Amino acid sequence: MNDPGILLDPTAERSPAARTLLARPAALDGLTVGILDISKARGNVFLDRVDELLQARGVAVKRYRKPTFTRPAPTSLTQTIAAECDLVVEGLAD
Amino acid sequence: MSTPAIQTSDPVGAITDGLILVAKRECPTCVLVEPLLPRLAAGAAAFRLFSQDDPDYGAGIAGSVHDEHLEHSYRLDVEIVPTLIRVEGGKEVARTYGWDRAEWQRVSGIDRLGIDLPALRPGCGSMTLEPGIAERLAIRFGKARFHSRQVALGDAEDPLEACFDRGWTDGLPVVPPTPERVLRMLAGTTRSPDEILGSIPPDLAPCTVEKVAINAVMAGCKPEYMPIVLAAVEAALIDEFGMHGILCTTMFCGPVVIANGPVSRAIGMNSGTNALGQGNRANASIGRALQLVIRNVGGGRPGEIDRSALGTPGKYTFCFAEAEDSAWAPLSVERGFAPGTSTVTLFAGEGVQGIVDQKSRTPESLARTFAACMRVVDHPKLAMAGDALLIVSPEHARVFIDAGWSKARLLQELIELLKLPADDMVMGAGGITEGLPPSMAGTTVSKFRPGGILIVRAGGTAGLFSAVVAGWAASGAVGSTPVTQEITA
Repeated sequence: MNDPGILLDPTAERSPAARTLLARPAALDGLTVGILDISKARGNVFLDRVDELLQARGVAVKRYRKPTFTRPAPTSLTQTIAAECDLVVEGLAD
Repeated sequence: MSTPAIQTSDPVGAITDGLILVAKRECPTCVLVEPLLPRLAAGAAAFRLFSQDDPDYGAGIAGSVHDEHLEHSYRLDVEIVPTLIRVEGGKEVARTYGWDRAEWQRVSGIDRLGIDLPALRPGCGSMTLEPGIAERLAIRFGKARFHSRQVALGDAEDPLEACFDRGWTDGLPVVPPTPERVLRMLAGTTRSPDEILGSIPPDLAPCTVEKVAINAVMAGCKPEYMPIVLAAVEAALIDEFGMHGILCTTMFCGPVVIANGPVSRAIGMNSGTNALGQGNRANASIGRALQLVIRNVGGGRPGEIDRSALGTPGKYTFCFAEAEDSAWAPLSVERGFAPGTSTVTLFAGEGVQGIVDQKSRTPESLARTFAACMRVVDHPKLAMAGDALLIVSPEHARVFIDAGWSKARLLQELIELLKLPADDMVMGAGGITEGLPPSMAGTTVSKFRPGGILIVRAGGTAGLFSAVVAGWAASGAVGSTPVTQEITA
């Protein structure tokens, strides 16, 4: 009878209840884009092409790879990406 | 007991004429009356039996319902089982509870009902009133309605982590504010949940009793702390306290909550050993609740509007009670309230600076120690800037009390001892650029503004140590003046 999934908002409710994504940058000038390969077969084919297209536009790219697509990324990997990149491209499925 | 209308829209409980019995197997009196069920069922136009626990109670009786969600028991406002109700024309017309043979015969209209049973047996508590159940039923079936937005969590979302993710915490985990917990918290006050206490800085957002209750749940308060939390929030909203500035300043301060009077003792606040430290739920959670209200309702978050260069650990929570007895006047009385009145006093305070004096045995010597230590508030060469909260431990207080010094006498002596030669304090004196304006050379200055010293007692009975808590360097009319608010309900 108890729904553990409801909490009452402690705030003045001046922002949306659902968390919003960070705003996208207007341009990629001077930013570093991380490309995270989740180790799903042939994901690299797509991501290699994204890499080429970004570099052709003069955007700095760094590549990362998860050990396995079956589990969340190791904390050290997410921390490294967050420290080194301004944006990240991640393929979530086939 | 009220007589609620039977919910005729309810397809199970709805009878317009007849008898309703609410019972539970766990109750010996309900077991005692179980053999009477066939007669009750046969003798009434309609019969409904609601068993709270055992679906087999009254097995085979037509109209028997297992009230496993307790909805019917709740809607019928049952407090004791067994409860027997007569309904006529869709309205309750008679009710009895427990076993009282004459009453049961009257309500049922069945002569000689239960003549083989004892005349009287008390009933048992209804399952609707078991701890934790009543709030759930009130939310699910009753009139408990919240004005605050309901935030739905994801299926796999940990409620503790959800509170962090939404920015609701001070960095430590909070108790997730479920509707049940908030309803219980609101039971700690007689004030209406939608009453607005005022506008919380810095956003000047209106703050209801309900919002305070939500944040009090998160802080870890018990419902009986609510009157103190509400008084603390109201005190913070008194204009001369200057809560907006206390929050925004690049200096250190936060609201220090000092409780006086019987309410603080009744809820077990700590005024003794480690009074300023950890370990007491009321001290810890009341101070934290005030800070969470400022963070969540007021929008006062560090790094945003809160621009403190260093902050202070007291900005998590800083709340304690004064150790009161007849020897010295409590802070509340000094601040104009009648003896025995429960109050909270808010002081814009920094950290705790210890005063170690294990040798003074005369009030004159110990007062000089206090003055010397208080002189360093803000800077030894500044004056009339920050107030000071002097917290005197029992062993130090005894030195004064045994010599016949009242708290007022100690205060007056400190004011005199803290009249300082400006020559030592002007800019450049002692090779230190910081200091008073050169124009003050040759004068005598008071370290603290009039009314800028508060004295309270607290602490364990062993230790010749007291403490001074520096006030905000913008104390007084320019920034913050201590405020006191009566604790009501």
